[in-house]
Amino acid sequence: MELMEGELEKITAEVEQVIKDQGTERERLIPILQGVQEKLGYLPKEAMKKVAEAVEVSEVEIYEIATFYNQFRLNPPGKHQIKVCMGTACHMTGGNIIMESFERRLDIKEGETTPDREFSLERVACVGCCALAPVVVVDENVEAKVRPTRVDGILLGFDMEKKAAEKEMQKAASEQKTQEEEG
Amino acid sequence: MTHSSHILICRGTACVSTESQEVQNELEKQVRERGLSEQVRVVHTGCFGFCARGPVMVILPRGTMYCEVRVEDVGEIIERHILGGEIIERLLFKDPQTYEPTEKIDEVDFFRKQVRIALRNCGHINPDDIEEYIARDGYKALGKVLTESTPEEVVNIIKKSELRGRGGGGFPTGLKWELTRKSVDDIKYVICNADEGDPGAFMDRSILEGDPHSVLEAMAIAGYAIGARQGFVYVRAEYAIAVERLNNAIKQARQKGLLGKKLFETEFDFDIELRLGAGAFVCGEETALITSIEGNRGEPRPRPPFPAQKGLWGKPTLINNVETLANIPAVILKGPEWYASFGTEKSKGTKVFAIAGKIGNTGLIEVPMGISLREVIYDIGGGIPDGREFKAAQTGGPSGGCIPATLIDIPIEYDSLLEAGSMMGSGGLIVMDDSDCMVDIAKFYLEFTCDESCGKCTPCRVGTKRMLEILERITEGRGREEDIDLLKELGHGIKETSLCGLGQSAPNPVLSTLRYFEEEYMAHIRDKVCPAGVCKKLSKIRIIPEECKKCGACTKVCPVGAIKGKPKELHEIDPDKCIKCEECIKKCHFKAIKK
Ligand SMILES: Cc1cc2nc3c(=O)[nH]c(=O)nc-3n(C[C@H](O)[C@H](O)[C@H](O)COP(=O)(O)O)c2cc1C
Ligand code: FES
Repeated sequence: MELMEGELEKITAEVEQVIKDQGTERERLIPILQGVQEKLGYLPKEAMKKVAEAVEVSEVEIYEIATFYNQFRLNPPGKHQIKVCMGTACHMTGGNIIMESFERRLDIKEGETTPDREFSLERVACVGCCALAPVVVVDENVEAKVRPTRVDGILLGFDMEKKAAEKEMQKAASEQKTQEEEG
Repeated sequence: MTHSSHILICRGTACVSTESQEVQNELEKQVRERGLSEQVRVVHTGCFGFCARGPVMVILPRGTMYCEVRVEDVGEIIERHILGGEIIERLLFKDPQTYEPTEKIDEVDFFRKQVRIALRNCGHINPDDIEEYIARDGYKALGKVLTESTPEEVVNIIKKSELRGRGGGGFPTGLKWELTRKSVDDIKYVICNADEGDPGAFMDRSILEGDPHSVLEAMAIAGYAIGARQGFVYVRAEYAIAVERLNNAIKQARQKGLLGKKLFETEFDFDIELRLGAGAFVCGEETALITSIEGNRGEPRPRPPFPAQKGLWGKPTLINNVETLANIPAVILKGPEWYASFGTEKSKGTKVFAIAGKIGNTGLIEVPMGISLREVIYDIGGGIPDGREFKAAQTGGPSGGCIPATLIDIPIEYDSLLEAGSMMGSGGLIVMDDSDCMVDIAKFYLEFTCDESCGKCTPCRVGTKRMLEILERITEGRGREEDIDLLKELGHGIKETSLCGLGQSAPNPVLSTLRYFEEEYMAHIRDKVCPAGVCKKLSKIRIIPEECKKCGACTKVCPVGAIKGKPKELHEIDPDKCIKCEECIKKCHFKAIKK
C-alpha cells in the first residue's frame, strides 16, 4: 500500500512515542506492536522496521509475530470496519451467508479494504454474543441477528450518511462563496 | 441513606449491544428529574446470563425481572412499577412454549435449577465498584488465609474440595498448587488464563465483566499458597469491556491495599498485571501462553518440564483458568466439604456453560456437575424452538465432540463426556436440531483448528489440512466410500503424534460425528445429498409451481437476484446464483418455496 503524504512522519512519531512508553525489553514486543496498531490502525512496513531496530531483533522476527497473531493487520483499515463473526453459533445461523453478502455488496474479499478505503471486511471468531447470532460488529457496534437484507440496510445507512455529509460540505462551500461574493 | 428500590441493569457485552447503556442513561435521567434519587438507586451489573432476552433488568426488593427493555419503556417502569407498585406484564419473561409469564427472577425455570458459585456475584454487583464486592464478603477469603492459615493449609483446603481445572483439562487444582509450591525458587508466578479461544463460549468473559475482583482475590490466595509475588492475567484483547473492568479493578484493589505490599499487614506482597492476548487460539494452551507473554510467536513446547517446574522465564508458574479461580474464594469461605457436596463422585462442584445454537433460552448458566443434558436443554434451556427436533449437542468446542439425541440422559461430568467421545472443554454447549448437518459442523471445527494450528509439528499442520480436504470433497459431492476409513486412520494418527493439546484433540469433532452419524456421511458420499439441506452444493431451494401464486414477493427479497419472473409469471430460482440464504422461504406467504 502506498503511503500518503505526511504518513511517514506520523508513523515515525507514533512509533517513537509507543517505544518510549513501553521500553525496549524483548517481552514488551507484543505490547509495543499492539500500541502501534492502536495508534495507526495497522502495522505499516516502516513501523515494523523501526520496532525491530529499537528492540534489536531482526525484521523477519517482527513479521513472523505480526502474521502469527490474528489481531495484527498489515493493511490500513477502512474508515468503517466490518467484522463478521464466524464462531460456532454464528456459523450455524448463517454467518457465512452474511459474509458473502458483504463480499458481494462491497466487491472485496474477506481481509480486504475497498479501494476508496471506506470499508474493510474481516472475519472474527466469536465475539461472545452467541445468543444474538448471527452477529456482525460494525465499527464498535454489535448488530444482532443479521439477515442479508440487513446487510443492505447497514451499507445504505453509511451511504446516506456520506451523501448527507457531502451535501453539507457543498452547502457550506457555496454559502462561503456567496458570503465572499457579497463581502 | 437507604434506597427503597434498586434497579439492576445488565451491562454485559450482549446487553450493551442491545443498548442497555442507553436504557441506564434514560433511567438515571428520569430518576433525577422526578426527584426520586433518594428512593431509587440505579446500578449496572455484569451478565445475568439471560443474554437472548437482553437488555435484562431486575428491580429489588421484589426481584422482578424485565426482559428486552427499551428506552421507550423507562417512563412506564418508573410510573407504574416504582411509583404505582404494579407489575408490567408486557415486559416479563414468557415461557417460549406456553407463553406463561413469570415475574420473579428466581422463579424463572432458567434460573431455578442453577447453582451459582463461580457466578455468585455476576448480575448482583456493580463490577466497577470494589465496595460492592467487599460488601458481599469480597477479599474476606484472602484476609482469612493470610491471617489464619499456612500456605500448606491453603493447598490442603483446595485439595480437599476436589476442584478440577475448568479450562478444559480437568487437572486437580489442589494438586497443581501443591506441585508448584514444592518447586524451589525465589521467584514464582501465577497466571490467570483468560484467553478463551473456543469460538462459541463466553463464560470467562462474563465472569471478568461481572465479577473481576473474585479472580484477582483468588490469584492473590494462589500466590500466597505457592509462594509467588507476581501475577499476570492473560486476556484476549478483543474483550474490550473485560479489559477495562479488570484494569479498573486492579487500580481499586491497589488503592485499598488489597494488592501491592504487605497485604492485611502481613509480610505477603502480591501484585497483578494484564497481558493482552493478540488473538491466537493456541495461546490458550499453557506453554504457548507462556511463550507469548515472553514476547514470541505463541508456539507450545513439549511437557515435561511442566509450567509448575519451569514456566514463565524458566520460573515455576501456576496457570489456572478464570472460572477455576472464581470458585476459590467461595471454597475458602464456605469450606471444602461444602463445595464437594455438589456434583458427582469424580467431578465435584459446578460448571458454567455457555448455551447457544438451536435452543429457546441461549445464555450463560451454572449447574451442578452430573446434571443431565436433558435437564439443561429442556428445563433450563426451554427446549428446541420452532417445533424442531433435538439432534445433537456439541461440547468442548474444537477439541470436543457431539453427543447424539440417543444419549440425552448422559450426566454432564468429565468422565462420562470423555466416554461418549466428547469432553467437558471450557464450557461451550452448542445445541443442534434436525436442520443442522453434522458433516458441516465437523468441517467447521476442522477449518478452525487447521487455521489456528501454529505449524510447529507436522501431524497437526499437515494432517488437519488433509482431513479438511477430505471433508470438503464430501460436502461438495465428490466423496468416496473409502474416505470414511481414511478419516478415521488420519484422525487417530494425528491424536497420537501431535505435540500439544490442539493437535491431540483436533480430530475429535470428526471422529465423534463419524461415531454417531456415519449414515449422514454416507448420504453425502453415496447418494450425494445433504439430508439437513445445509451443504450448498448438495441442496437446492425450489419453488413448487402448483403452490406459487406469482405474487413477486420472493423476487424482491432475494439479495442476489436469483429469482426470475415478474408478478403474474411463474417464478423460478436460478440454482447457480442462489446463495441458500432462505430469505425467500421466510418471505413466501404461501409456503411455496421448499428446501
Ligand atoms: C489448544 C488449547 C487451547 C486451550 N485454551 C484454553 C483457554 O482458552 N482457556 C483456558 O483456561 N485453558 C485453555 N486450555 C487449557 C490450558 O492449557 C490449561 O490446561 C489451563 O489453563 C489450566 O487451568 P485449569 O487447570 O484451571 O483448567 C487450552 C488447551 C489447549 C490444548
Ligand atoms: S459464535 Fe458468533 S458471537 Fe459467538
